[in-house]
Order: sequence, then structure tokens, then C-alpha cells
Amino acid sequence: MHDKRVRRRRVALVALVAASLILLTAYFGGPPSSPLHTIQRGIVQIFSPIQQGASTVLSPVRDIAGWFSDTFHARSQVTQLRKKVERLTSELAQAQEAQLLNRQLSREVHLDATDNISHYKPVTADVIWHDPTLWYQTIEIDKGSDDGVQVDQPVIGDGALVGKVSTVDPTVSVVQLITDHSVNVAAQVQDKKGDTGLLVPAVGNPNEMLLQDLPRIVPGQPGPQLGQLVVTAGYKSGPLNSLYPRGIPIGQVSNASANNLINNNQVQVSPAADLRHLSVVQVLTSPHAPAIRAQVP
Amino acid sequence: MSLRTNLILRLVLLALVAVVIQDAAISQITLFGVSADVMPLVVMSVGLLCGSMTGAVMGFGAGLLVDLLLVQTLGITSLLYLLIGYWSGRVRELRDPSHGLVPVAAGAAATAVAQVGMAMLQFLLGVNAPVSGLLVQQIFVTILINTLISLPVYAIVRRTLRGAVPEDPRRRRGRRYTTGGLSPLHQSGERFGPLPRSDLK
Repeated sequence: MHDKRVRRRRVALVALVAASLILLTAYFGGPPSSPLHTIQRGIVQIFSPIQQGASTVLSPVRDIAGWFSDTFHARSQVTQLRKKVERLTSELAQAQEAQLLNRQLSREVHLDATDNISHYKPVTADVIWHDPTLWYQTIEIDKGSDDGVQVDQPVIGDGALVGKVSTVDPTVSVVQLITDHSVNVAAQVQDKKGDTGLLVPAVGNPNEMLLQDLPRIVPGQPGPQLGQLVVTAGYKSGPLNSLYPRGIPIGQVSNASANNLINNNQVQVSPAADLRHLSVVQVLTSPHAPAIRAQVP
Repeated sequence: MSLRTNLILRLVLLALVAVVIQDAAISQITLFGVSADVMPLVVMSVGLLCGSMTGAVMGFGAGLLVDLLLVQTLGITSLLYLLIGYWSGRVRELRDPSHGLVPVAAGAAATAVAQVGMAMLQFLLGVNAPVSGLLVQQIFVTILINTLISLPVYAIVRRTLRGAVPEDPRRRRGRRYTTGGLSPLHQSGERFGPLPRSDLK
């Protein structure tokens, strides 16, 4: 009797392990249109009303916890932010001067420089779920294909790029954040040279990304500097278009050590958006809409 | 309704509620940059309370639910959680975990298995991005936070399954020794009756 029970237990364990491994292999090797992916999307669709309801009901709990977390975080940031304000004030003066000059020159070449975000037909969505693991940096939003959302469309939040749409259902979508290990973004440092590279996440650190493959720095010429803004490069190479339109802020250079630049051609970037506490985002449903048109006078 | 059906229903409900609360609220509350993960603790608690078979099946089901709802690679979380459920069930069956702090140690171990196992599987499947050294720190902090909340989570799971669990380890601890054979000094007063007053002088 005891032997039979032990044997039954072992058989069940082996069967469950085998089922997990079969699922893993079939899912990992399968295309997005495979039956397993389809079933997964169906389950997400079925559960989405429950998720939305739970998100609404539990929002006070999140808000209270967020308030405590933000308060402690804010206290620790006071000194750092004061220094930042001083630096940004001087940068603002320079930027205002440059903006004035830019406006004058644009008028001369009849440049329609209304490249605001409304050109990309943004759809505002509430975040209903966050993935809790360190490995999958995804969020779920309450807008889907019924609202014009499609796979690979860029998503912004807190005024900066936060990720791209990876899965779409009629009423909900899943967004892969820029800190997910499978997301890469062509990005540009807003310095005098406009150095361009590939922005990749540093797995395990949601507050840091690496801008790799930067041009080799020439002695005597400064490379990217601490605090400089990093934006999407929005390249276009033949029929290939970047997923992200040009000029969307991503973050700031947080570490530009000469060693790292010379040896690895990379700098560290901290995302501008607080990716762990997103509550509202915007999906750019028309990311390749022409935003700037120039005419030769 | 039979005891078994009652237990299955409660386990399904427990898994659903745990996943919803985890992803709609707990995952957005960060402490030292990470958030708690109650799912390994729930699976561990079920294993400790119900045994290895129930723990393994619960782990597989809960893991599959997490993978399905969070659009993750199917099979990874279910594999890890079924090992946690089975292992914690075996701890109950072999070691008789009647001490009050067993869920704390088991919670730490379960979280370590979930976090380290997830990292190992991700490396096996291929990671395209560089890995920060901070990952180790984040895994450690998650284990620490989960260890702190493992006792309340265990208490909630035990309360949820009360009446449907085959045998509660805590009840077993308090149970009197009825089959005999242990030290005759144990409960001597009851075995031999009260001593006569004359013998006490």
C-alpha cells in the first residue's frame, strides 16, 4: 500500500515536470501564431475584465503604499535635486536662446516644426497590471486593437518612452518596457555631435540602461556628458523604419566615465520615466506620421 | 460536498485571488527597489499544509496561471512552483514541521528557489542584454522581504484551507500521545494517578 502511494507520487511528479518542459519547449520554439500563444491571448482576454476590476478596487492600497514610498524617496533626493535645478536653470537659458534662433531660421526655410506628440495619434491607456518578476518587465494596459493599438507601436509615459506593444487583444494589450531584456532602442545623445547608439537594458537594474556602440571618441573632442538628454534616434534605412519616431525623450546620461567610453564605447543612461509606478501611458498609434516638413524657399 | 472537492475549490480560488492581488497591487509596491512575490509563499504554504502531491499540483497550476496571465514563456514558472510545492510537501511528510517558525525558513527557501531558478532558466533560454551585478542584490532583497511576510501569508493560507486540510501540523503538535511507547515520565500524573499526600512529606 505504501509502495503504491510512493510510486503514484513519483509518477505524478515526473508527469508534471515533463508537462512543464514540453510546454516550455513548445512555447519557446513556436511562432506568435502558434496554438499555445493563441490560447494564452484568449485567457488574457477572458481575464481582462477581472484584472481591470481588481486594479480599480486595489488602487487605494497602491496609492497609500506609493505615498509612503514616494515620501521616503523624496527625502533622500532633496540634495541631489537642488543641484540638478541649478544646472537645469542655466541650461534652460541656453535652450531658450537656441529656441528663439531656431524659430527665426525655421521661418526663413518655411519649416513646419510642429512635431508635437499629437501627430502620432496617441491613445491614452490605464495600466492595469505590472509583471512582478525581475526578468519580465511588462505592463498590461486597458486599450487594445479596438482602439487602434497594434503590435510594436511605441508607448510613452511621464513624457518619455517607456516601451513598445508586444501583444494585442481587442480590449487589452501587453507593453514590453524598455528595461525588458528583449527590447533595444536606437537612441541619440543630445550633445553637439548627436552621438547615436543602441540602448539596451541592464538586466536586474530597472534604473539603468546602457547606450552601446557609440562612435569611438576622438582625443580632444568630448564625448557624451553626464546629464545630457538621450532621445530616440528614429533612423530610416531604405524600407526599414525604426519602431520609434525621432526625438522622444528616453532618459539622461547617468554615468559617462572616460574608461567606459574608450574601452566599451558605452555610457549609462537612467530612464526619465518611473517605470515601476506607471499608472497612465500613451500608445502612439501612428508612429511614422510625417511630423516635420521642410520646403526649400 | 466531499472534503476533496472542497479542498480543490478552495485551492483554485486561492490561486486566482493570489495572482490577482499580486499583479494588481503588490507588484506595484516597491521596497528597496523590489516588490514582494507572494506566489511562491502561497505554494509553499499549501505544500506544508496539504502534502507533496497537492503542493506539486497547486504549484504547477498556479505557475501556469501566472505564465498565462502575464504573457510569459509557458512552463517556466509552473516548473519552479511545482518543485517548491513538492519540496515543501515532502518537508511536512518527512520532518513533521510543527515549529511555529518553519514557514519562515520554508518561505525563504521557496523564494530563493523561485528567484535563482528563474535566473538560471532565463540564462539557459538566452538573455540578449547585459546583466547588472545589481540582480544578485535584488534577488537577495526579494528573499529578505518574502521571508518577513511568509508568516502572515502562511497564516492566511491556513485560515483559507481550514476544515478542508487533511491534517494540520500544528494540531498534531498539540495532540496527546495516545498510542503509548514514549517515555513513561511524560504525563506521569495521568498514567499513575495523583500521588498520595503521605508520599509528599
